[in-house]
Amino acid sequence: MKLQCKHVWENVSEYIDQQLDAQTLKEIEKHLENCEVCSAILDSTRNILILTADNRTFELPVGYSQRLHNRIAETIGKH
Amino acid sequence: MAATKEEEKELIARVLGGETDLFHELIRPYERMVYLSIFAMLRNETDAEDGAQEVMINAFRHLKSFRGDAKFSTWLVTIAMNEARQRLRKAKAAPQESLDEEKEDREGDFTPAVLTDWREIPSEALEKKEIREKLRAAVEELPPLYKEVLVLRDLEELNQEETASALGINITLVKVRLHRARMMLQKKMAPYFKSVTPSPKGFFGRAFQ
Repeated sequence: MKLQCKHVWENVSEYIDQQLDAQTLKEIEKHLENCEVCSAILDSTRNILILTADNRTFELPVGYSQRLHNRIAETIGKH
Repeated sequence: MAATKEEEKELIARVLGGETDLFHELIRPYERMVYLSIFAMLRNETDAEDGAQEVMINAFRHLKSFRGDAKFSTWLVTIAMNEARQRLRKAKAAPQESLDEEKEDREGDFTPAVLTDWREIPSEALEKKEIREKLRAAVEELPPLYKEVLVLRDLEELNQEETASALGINITLVKVRLHRARMMLQKKMAPYFKSVTPSPKGFFGRAFQ
């Protein structure tokens, strides 16, 4: 049976996390070989996640660490 | 760099034993994680910083209740997510604030954006500051239920079990919400990637790009 694109989309997340069972994985890989649409969706999702984890995407405010440790020192002092 | 589990255990024991100054060292590897977990949820730097300080102070005060069978990082994230949720609830209670409606079971449109003329994001696109800004906004705009899972799994890179435990939900729910969150992000981000990707030079152009 030919796998539908929709079925692939439903499994994108688990595919990325390598949590699919062997049979589904095989079917999806076969589908991806011939489907540019699904390949693009998979690649884009994967790239978005790489970028999400990139340290430059979410940055800490300047001086955050210093202020945090000052506050901790203050609390510890009172303890 | 995070201390090994053994070193961390020893640090905790020493802090509890009275060497309280060592608490600074204990939490240093997790400063970023705690701040970002709250920031992504609240979308406000000042509140997030304030929240992160509260989390660390709470962690210090309740360090005794930390059980060695869980990871210290997971314990901290649990406190951080509770702090974020609490602050979100407070913000929601304030009449002038309007937050995104959360509808857990909405059988919404979770299909990805289909990009027929798009293939792979070139690494230069990933280097673009505007893309990172768009992504940050896209994450921040996710409904909180989905966002919290995505933040822990894809930003903090916690595993499924740790995420489930930090949020007090089961693993199946983690998977479902994560999938939806990722699809929402993909859908939101796809047009921006397209705009910075050089227009395709026809099918055979791909091999030479």
